[in-house]
Amino acid sequence: MTQPEAKPRVAVVTFPGSNDDRDAALALERLGAEAVPVWHADRELPDVRAVVLPGGFSYGDYLRAGALARFAPVMEPVRALAADGGLVLGICNGFQVLCEAGLLPGALRANHSLSFVCRDVPLTVEGADTPFTARCTPGQRLSIPVKHGEGCFFADSELLVELEASGQVVLRYEGESPNGSVAGIAGVVNAEGNVMGLMPHPEHAVDPLTGSTDGALVLGSLVDAARRATAAPAAV
Amino acid sequence: MRATVLVRPKPGILDPQGEAVLGSLQQLGFAVDAARVGRVVDLELRDSDSGQARADLERMCEQLLANPLIESYEIELVQET
Repeated sequence: MTQPEAKPRVAVVTFPGSNDDRDAALALERLGAEAVPVWHADRELPDVRAVVLPGGFSYGDYLRAGALARFAPVMEPVRALAADGGLVLGICNGFQVLCEAGLLPGALRANHSLSFVCRDVPLTVEGADTPFTARCTPGQRLSIPVKHGEGCFFADSELLVELEASGQVVLRYEGESPNGSVAGIAGVVNAEGNVMGLMPHPEHAVDPLTGSTDGALVLGSLVDAARRATAAPAAV
Repeated sequence: MRATVLVRPKPGILDPQGEAVLGSLQQLGFAVDAARVGRVVDLELRDSDSGQARADLERMCEQLLANPLIESYEIELVQET
């Protein structure tokens, strides 16, 4: 007999200009979480051990994508949660925000093509030992859509060596990258492994109606980890 | 006091905007070998002390106006007489 599993709560932040917050919340709910909406001006997070920074164009992408959202009041508690070992997932614009905030290494720049790219892309799972990819197997091939104009991940050669050596590259574009990212990097985690950013949109790949359901492996991993973290906050 | 901050993509970093501009200039028949596209930020400061203004501008650049990983910046302070 199994106990009915408690729904882990996952916060989803809305910045002015976010547009994938509802899809992220919907996907999380379908994967068994309770998505808790959080406004960018909130100075604290609800009682959660996981937060998603969704895609979109926070603050109109002015100056640099993610550069202004980084100073939103909600980023203080997000930063505190990350420092405390909580789970933070940044998708697309959320990834850009996390890089600008210094919670993730590297930077995201304009696509080499200078064109907005919107299509399903093949990815390879490089690391399946993170809270965000535990449902995947190493080397697994995923198909998840991207839609961005500034998704070219940049790390200088020193940082790149460090990221590769420490296994922080979690997802890589298979074949030609859609944006010119260094080493085909599509997703990275921080050194501690509790903060991840990726350009592809797992929340748009959870229903067979829209094609691939591989995004559920990423968000489902997060929901699993959030459930564990809620049950035993110290053992994320 | 007025200031202008010039933000440039660091040398060695591929600048797709610059590449596109270069290509277009060459297509127009101009003898150009390189183009880099950055950003200009004009500021009006309340500081009256230029030392303080320069220190503030440095902090503005480090914290917001430039991303030190990929961009360099240059500060021009215009002293009003």
